[in-house]
Amino acid sequence: MTEFQPVLSLRGIHKAFDGLVAIQNFSLDLFSSKIVALVGDNGAGKSTIIKVISGIYPPTSGEILLEGEMVNFSNASSSRSRGIEVVHQDLALVDEQPVYMNMFLGKELTKTPFGLLDKARMRQESQNLVDGLDVRIPSTNLAIRNLSGGQRQGIAIARAVHWASKLILLDEPTAALGVAETAKVEELVSSLRERKLAILLISHSLDQVFRLADQICVLRRGEQIGIRETCKTNKNEIISMITGVD
Amino acid sequence: MEGSYLFSKRLNLQKNLIYFGFLGIFLFFAITLYNDGFLTTRNLTNIVLQTAPATIMAIGLVFVLSSGEIDLSFGSIVAVSALTTALVLQSAPLIMGIMAGLGAGLAIGFFNGILVAYLRLPSFLVTLATMGLFAGIARSMTNLRSIPVLNDTFTGIFGSGKLFSIPSLVIWTILAVLIGHIVYRHTRFGAHILAVGDNARAAQVSGISVARVRLYALTLCGGLAGLAGMLYAGRLQAAKYTLGESDLMTVIAAVIVGGTALYGGKGSIIGALFGSLMMGMLNNGLILMGLDVSDQMIVRGVIILLAVALSLRNFNRI
Ligand SMILES: Nc1ncnc2c1ncn2[C@@H]1O[C@H](COP(=O)(O)OP(=O)(O)OP(=O)(O)O)[C@@H](O)[C@H]1O
Ligand SMILES: [Mg+2]
Repeated sequence: MTEFQPVLSLRGIHKAFDGLVAIQNFSLDLFSSKIVALVGDNGAGKSTIIKVISGIYPPTSGEILLEGEMVNFSNASSSRSRGIEVVHQDLALVDEQPVYMNMFLGKELTKTPFGLLDKARMRQESQNLVDGLDVRIPSTNLAIRNLSGGQRQGIAIARAVHWASKLILLDEPTAALGVAETAKVEELVSSLRERKLAILLISHSLDQVFRLADQICVLRRGEQIGIRETCKTNKNEIISMITGVD
Repeated sequence: MEGSYLFSKRLNLQKNLIYFGFLGIFLFFAITLYNDGFLTTRNLTNIVLQTAPATIMAIGLVFVLSSGEIDLSFGSIVAVSALTTALVLQSAPLIMGIMAGLGAGLAIGFFNGILVAYLRLPSFLVTLATMGLFAGIARSMTNLRSIPVLNDTFTGIFGSGKLFSIPSLVIWTILAVLIGHIVYRHTRFGAHILAVGDNARAAQVSGISVARVRLYALTLCGGLAGLAGMLYAGRLQAAKYTLGESDLMTVIAAVIVGGTALYGGKGSIIGALFGSLMMGMLNNGLILMGLDVSDQMIVRGVIILLAVALSLRNFNRI
C-alpha cells in the first residue's frame, strides 16, 4: 500500500430514492491524515453520501473502493468491521441506556465462559475514553437521556474515535455545541490527523471548514460542483459554488 | 447536571412502585384476611402455583415490549400449545409431546415475527389477527373438546411433581425468571432488544440487525407461551381451548405495573414477576373476601387501572 493510495475512493456514485435523485455522479478520494469538508445547502445530499459510504443505503450505481479494494457494504456492521465510523447528524444514541452501553452499542464486550456482558470493562474503558477526550460527564452509568446536548455530542464523537481505524465521517459534529465546546471538538478533529485517519467533515460553518479542512467539496442538489484546495480558494468562491449565484 | 442526577435517583419511588404496591397489597390482605387463611403456607404456595403460567407469559412479553413491539396472541398460543402437547402425548412418548408443545409456540411466534420484522406490518395488528386465528384453530383442533393428559411423567414435570420437595411449578418460575433476567440484562441479545426498542435507527446504524432482533423477540415470546401452555396442561392434567384465554389483560397489566415501558427501550423481568404475583394475590384475596365474580372483575379492573396509571404517569410529559 503506497502513501498516496486513497483510504477511500468514491467513483461515479448515484443514489435515487424512488425516483428522487439525491446524489448524481459523485467522485471523491479521501486520504489518511487529511480532512475533506463536504458543504452544501440543506437537502444537498451530504448525509446521504455518508450513509452510502457506511453501508446504510446501497448506492444506485457507482463504485466504492477501500484501500484500492472494491467493497459493497450491505449494512453498518460490515463497514464498521472495516474501520469506518460515523458521527451521525442525529447522533444515533440510545436514550434509556447508560453512556457505557452506548459507547459499545453493537460491539458490546463479553466475558468467558458464558458470553455475558462485561459491564465492568465497558464502564472502565468508556471512562478512560471520555477522560482522554476531555468529555465532561458526571458518570458513565448515567443514561444518555440525562445528558446535555453538548455532552451527547461528545459521547457520539468519542465512540466514533474509539472504533475508527481508517476513516471517520462526521455529520455536523458541532451543530449543538457552544463556543468553547466547538473549539474543543475542532481541536479533536484536527488531532485525528495524527492517528492516520482519513476524515470527511460535514459542516454548515464555513469558518470552521476553512480552519480545519485540507480540501473542500461542494454539493448542490445532489450535484458535485467541485473540489478545491482550502489554501487556494476563499469563502466567496465556495459560497457562490454552494448557491450557484456569482 | 449533578443536581438532576440526584433528583432522578430520588424519584426511584415511581421506578420501584411495583415493590411498594406488592408489599401494600400483601399487608392489606395479611391483616384483613388473617382469619380466612390468606397467610397460610398452603395459600401462599397456591398463589405462586397458580401464577406460574402467567409469569412465564409475562417474561416473554417483557422481551417483546422492550423491543418496541407487542404480542396480543400469546393467550391463543397457550391454548394451541397445550392442545398440541395433549394430542401428541396420546400416542407418542414424552419427549415428542414436549417438543410438539414448545415447537407449536415457537412456530407461531416465528410466524408473528416474520410478518412484523420482515414485512414491517404493525405488531399490534398482526398479533390481533393471529390471536383470533389461533383461538379459532384451538377450537377446531378438538371440536371444543377437552383432551386429558394421562402421561404421569409429563404431569409430574409440568404440574404436580416436586423436586427436593419444591413444587415443579415453582422451579419453572424460578428458572424462567432467572434465565430471563440474565438474558435480558447481561447478554448482547438483551442489550440489542433494548436498543432496538429505544431507537431502532441508532441500533441499525450501529450495525445491529434490527429485523432479526424483532424476529427473535416475538419467537421467544411464542416459545414461552408454549411453555406456559404445557404448565397449564400439566397442572390441570388436561388441555382445552379456553386455556390462556383470560390471561391477556392480567399479563399485560403485570408487565406494565412491573416497570416495562409500553413503547420499548426499558423494562424489568423481576418487576414482571412481582407484577404477576401481585395479580395472583389480588385474585386470591378477592375470592377469600367472598366477593362474587362480577365484583371481583370490577375491583380488579379498578386496581389495575390505578396501578397502570401510577406506573405510567410521567410528570415531565407535556
Ligand atoms: N430515506 C430517504 N428516502 C427518501 N428521500 C430521502 C431519504 N434520505 C434523504 N432523502 C432525500 O435526499 C435529499 C438529500 O438529503 P440529505 O439528508 O442527504 O441532505 P443533507 O445535505 O444532509 O441536508 P442537511 O444539511 O439538511 O442535513 C433530500 O431531498 C432528502 O429529502
Ligand atoms: Mg444532513
